[in-house]
Amino acid sequence: MVHEMKSLLGPANVLDKTEDLMLYEFDGSVEKARPDLVVFPRTTEEVSRIVRLSGKYDVPVVGRGAGTGLSGGALARGGGVMLVFARMNKILEIDVEQRRAVVQPGAVNADITRAVESAGLFFAPDPSSAKACTIGGNVAENAGGPHTLAYGVTTNHVAALEMVLPDGEVVRVGSKHGDAVGYDLCGLFVGSEGTLALVTEITVKLARKAEAVQTLLAIFATIEEASQAVVEITARGITPAACEMLDGWTLRVVEDYIHAGFPRDSGAVLLIELEGLREAVEEQAVAIEDVCRKCNAREVRLAKDERERDLLWKGRKNAFGALGRIAPSNYVLDGVIPRSKLPQALQRIQDIGKKFGFHIGNIFHAGDGNLHPIVLYDPRDQGQFNRAIAASHDIIRACVELGGALTGEHGVGMEKNELMTLLFSDADFALMLRLHDAFNPDSSLNPGKIFPLSKGCGEIRIKKKKEVAGTKA
Amino acid sequence: MSETANLAVRLTGTIGKHKVVSAPEELVTYEVEGLPPAVIVQPATAAEVVEVVKFAVAEKLAVLPLGSRSKCEIGMAPARYDIAVDMTGLHEIAHYDAGDLTLSIDAGMPLRELETFLRQHGQFLPLAVPCFESTTAGGAIASGIDSALRQQYGTARDFVIGAEFVDGLGQLCKTGGRVVKNVTGYDLQKLLIGSLGTLGVITRVNFRTFPLPAMYGGHVATFGKGTAALEYREMLEKAGMPLTNLEVISPEVVKMIRAILQQAQENVPPGLEAGSWCVYSAFEGTERVVKRVSGELEKFARGAGAQNCQVLETSADEVLGGMLREAFEWLRWAAPATLVLRLAVCAKLGEAIDELQRAAEKLAVRSALLLRSAGIIYFTLLSDNEMEMVAPAKEIYSTATILANSHGGHAAVLHAPIEAKRRITETRLERRDASLQQRVKKVFDPEGIFVPGRVAGGI
Repeated sequence: MVHEMKSLLGPANVLDKTEDLMLYEFDGSVEKARPDLVVFPRTTEEVSRIVRLSGKYDVPVVGRGAGTGLSGGALARGGGVMLVFARMNKILEIDVEQRRAVVQPGAVNADITRAVESAGLFFAPDPSSAKACTIGGNVAENAGGPHTLAYGVTTNHVAALEMVLPDGEVVRVGSKHGDAVGYDLCGLFVGSEGTLALVTEITVKLARKAEAVQTLLAIFATIEEASQAVVEITARGITPAACEMLDGWTLRVVEDYIHAGFPRDSGAVLLIELEGLREAVEEQAVAIEDVCRKCNAREVRLAKDERERDLLWKGRKNAFGALGRIAPSNYVLDGVIPRSKLPQALQRIQDIGKKFGFHIGNIFHAGDGNLHPIVLYDPRDQGQFNRAIAASHDIIRACVELGGALTGEHGVGMEKNELMTLLFSDADFALMLRLHDAFNPDSSLNPGKIFPLSKGCGEIRIKKKKEVAGTKA
Repeated sequence: MSETANLAVRLTGTIGKHKVVSAPEELVTYEVEGLPPAVIVQPATAAEVVEVVKFAVAEKLAVLPLGSRSKCEIGMAPARYDIAVDMTGLHEIAHYDAGDLTLSIDAGMPLRELETFLRQHGQFLPLAVPCFESTTAGGAIASGIDSALRQQYGTARDFVIGAEFVDGLGQLCKTGGRVVKNVTGYDLQKLLIGSLGTLGVITRVNFRTFPLPAMYGGHVATFGKGTAALEYREMLEKAGMPLTNLEVISPEVVKMIRAILQQAQENVPPGLEAGSWCVYSAFEGTERVVKRVSGELEKFARGAGAQNCQVLETSADEVLGGMLREAFEWLRWAAPATLVLRLAVCAKLGEAIDELQRAAEKLAVRSALLLRSAGIIYFTLLSDNEMEMVAPAKEIYSTATILANSHGGHAAVLHAPIEAKRRITETRLERRDASLQQRVKKVFDPEGIFVPGRVAGGI
């Protein structure tokens, strides 16, 4: 198989040495799984031929963009072929008038915005990893970001897809317009975590930059007051473009590294961005300041200019990097709760941290109830790692108990597939499995993801590891 | 498919006598495209829907879920129709978290009732669909019909956050949840939107709600020529004006609106001048925002050479906004025989519109055009005779489909006389994703009990 793969793609586009494969056994999650082969297609046709060839040898295929995902979605759980889209990274077409762009899956998220910003447009989903993550990965995981509060997640910005099915067939769903007639297949495939098809081309919708932007930093003595402010902002019907919370402990770590201007002595801050017509932004800023003051904010700062705004956002977006300075590893969780339950949720997280002996930081999308508790741990200490996982499960369970869900933007992957039973019944799984099997009957694409391995046909979700002929696995 | 004789009696054992109706005079009111069901069931709970679907699976009967039946003609004629499942008995608010702006309601809940409820909490659902007075939440979602607030709030796919439904095996399933951001599991609610009852019986829908704006505004600009109206529309789009609705009304449609209002002895909103092309803009926000947008629209309209332009008084805006929300309803009854096509176009709209109008002229049939927000065109053919409509309907449907497909979109029939629709169905224009659509149908409905033939392409 390796020989055939090399003659198909050229030896430069196939990796099979252990030292090379080791680079692909990680993504942004705490999981680890090594592929048997890594391949770099350049065209849709090559993707199709890779899938066919792998099928011939009954070896699973896992798609991967930049590997920044946080749920193990791009890990080869059962080994097999890792299909990396790094060489399919072109922006194929930009239609400024219709506000659409056609891109290959390996195109970097931020590059799309860079390519269209001179026309006053941007690609709205903005994960913290936007400078590195690829649009293909965003589509697979239905990625979000701080500004999804106003703009929605990836699925709200995808109009059409070209995909390769597990049997190698190339299909197209959706339309440049994006409106569906019949069943909204585009809506189904976005967020299916690479378990139904490999996406090879994406038509994205581009948003128009707002006339005015205002960034506020509201500073609180306690996290309770900050979360109460979020509850009030939401209940009053004020919709910022983004509303992020950093707790005091996390922001001190960030400030030491980034020097974004976060107050080191505060209990929590809210980073709030407003966008829209000048008048609307001005009025919303006044309303938000009012709410924050009523919730005992000690200070509400307005970013004076773009430089100040960029600095605040730099602090937010590089927070996880900053945490890397104080612990060998961190586990960023992703749960969602109703926004009205934010204070209770943060209390539960603190309690769970105490129970397992961790200080759990919080830096998250407060405006849409999307929590990102961060557990700092040492992966070399197996006991500590196990406790981190147990704490994460308790936190996700608490989210569900509060009326929430398992993941707001990171995906289920192999991180939370066993927790899916917290939300879904046997009937729900039966239907989702039928859907899975209608497109990916042999689990040859991204096996072992989304579904609990115990559900029904777990044994076919991850096949027994096959030896990829010719590799020294 | 099995015998439908004694169906009512057998169903009585399943969900109780008072919930099964088989009187011929009742059956006729549940007709879809001239086809009455053999029996009507009126479940009051999701569990009863499950029982009915299981019965239908066992007996191999064709099931069609219905709400207020105001839009059940959308879609192709069903190939078979045995059991009408009237969902209006499921009409409770299951969950409402005003502080989170999330809502979970039974599918049979009327949107008007919901609007009244949410208004008390200063919120609303941006699902401004036709037949608003009677339509149910489930019907609005399953029909996939356009909302007049799409320009700002998007379509149902942007604010439906979860759903519960009974699949074709009689299992009660759920998808999504009650939170505004959620990527847990396959996004099945997207498939249910616009599925016309062919994938399952929607029993509950979860929405995110929105705060009511402080004020509304409306504006009409009048042009002598369609090209000028389209240019003005494009200017507004490019300027990124925050509008909730933006519609270009052709002279033929202006005439219809005027006639309907005059007949109802209502005042015709100013600017809706006979023979002219009108562009209606709706917007909302605080007083300052509404004032600013009004001023900008006046400036743009004058710059685009409008013959006339004006900010509407609240009452006039409500009348025109309400009329446009109901466009589907009055377009289909605008003549003894009408064909209403809906095209989604992602290209220069002027060219597409010209081509449609030329095709109608060539067929010597009257036409009327309404260009809605987001590049959605409602193109209507009008005739005095159903039979005279048959050949042109088929012809214009083919033209529209080819045109829309080549302009990054698609075309669909919203309304046609029965015979015309039958002939359109026969055109069987191949969808490029037909095999994938079939796969999805088979997953949800392995036994094929949910009205076969409803989705174009024989699905």
